[in-house]
Amino acid sequence: MFQGRDIACERGERRIFSGLDFEISPGQALVLRGPNGCGKTSLLRIAATLLKSAAGNLLWDGADVAEAPEEHRARLHFIGHQDAVKGALTVRENIATWSNIRRSAEDRVDAAMAAFGIAHLADTPAQYLSAGQHRRTALARLVASRAALWLLDEPTVSLDADGTACLQRAIMDHRAEKGMVMAATHIELGLDDVEFLQLKPQ
Amino acid sequence: MKPFGAVIARDLRLAVRQGGATFLALVFFLLTVTLFPLGIGPEPAILARVAPGVLWVAALLAAMLSLDRLFQADFEDGSLEQLTLSGLPLGGIVLAKIIAHWLTTGLPLLLAAPVLAVLLNMSDEGFAALLLTMLIGTPALSLIGAIGAALTLTVRRGGVLLSLLVLPLYIPVLIFGVSAIDAAVHGLNAKPHVLLLAALTLAAIPLCPWASAAAVKLSLE
Repeated sequence: MFQGRDIACERGERRIFSGLDFEISPGQALVLRGPNGCGKTSLLRIAATLLKSAAGNLLWDGADVAEAPEEHRARLHFIGHQDAVKGALTVRENIATWSNIRRSAEDRVDAAMAAFGIAHLADTPAQYLSAGQHRRTALARLVASRAALWLLDEPTVSLDADGTACLQRAIMDHRAEKGMVMAATHIELGLDDVEFLQLKPQ
Repeated sequence: MKPFGAVIARDLRLAVRQGGATFLALVFFLLTVTLFPLGIGPEPAILARVAPGVLWVAALLAAMLSLDRLFQADFEDGSLEQLTLSGLPLGGIVLAKIIAHWLTTGLPLLLAAPVLAVLLNMSDEGFAALLLTMLIGTPALSLIGAIGAALTLTVRRGGVLLSLLVLPLYIPVLIFGVSAIDAAVHGLNAKPHVLLLAALTLAAIPLCPWASAAAVKLSLE
């Protein structure tokens, strides 16, 4: 169970949101909604501990995340606006690098490429990929190493219909294994049984 | 593979793939040092006198030139964010990146220095001291430089600011590096200078990754 209690966000002296509570239990998906600038990205970055909450705290199974931030980071995947894909490395190397750094016990790189339909590009340097293929390479990290919590910030940007379907399937599999998802998206991810968190501009 | 080793392996692989850009520091080092005989004339005695200083100053500048590679590219494409979230303490990640930086910058400089010392007619007594001080001193250049590189991450075209921050901090390394070689050349005891240089590097090993990690963390907010 991942909870946020009384979360507040300040960016450059400006209060973006405050007094925000959320709760995700295993297998659940929480979709963040709201207009541009209402703090969806900030909330995801707070959940990833990249950003400090101005108030309140994050709890994982009741324990304060701030007491062991590294442990929290090891159990989450964060997909942000940037793909963190290196042009000089091939698709396979890009994905394998991250699963090595994340100490993945099993070799799921091939499964990850298959899940996002980029297996045929395995040995292509990432600098020759299209924007959508680039994105798929970034998303394949989700499958290549296991993490209980997925934080997805506009994950469907530059994906085509097939890419979006791949992501949907990955999320469904993840939830079936009791994984949690927190996503900010403007388009329907086509997921059933999701909770919504509406953020209001202040 | 352990995550720490995986970060080093990743940076080394990227450095090799990007080839040219990586060994720019080495080429810069070679070029600057070869400029001196052209500039101050081929008088062997003068060259031998200035050799330790020229080699160390050129090495400082070459190391500084390569610092923006340390975090900047990873910061821009989101990799630094992902590294931060890998579950490894940020200080450890920074240290791994510094080690990779030293292997691709400091080590080539160290290997090229004796060759250039011959070019500058440095006396034979100085070679051991040159290699030793470069071996001890160049890691300090990567370590100290990492602080500057991390602090200037969010600054647009931070190159000039980076050199203003880092060069003053390099001065102690320069002083003890050069004075150790000078002492050896003149038949004096180089040990105190070498020990002071080693003390600098040893102090930098825990302090610099910690300070750089704090700066990286700030830049990601």
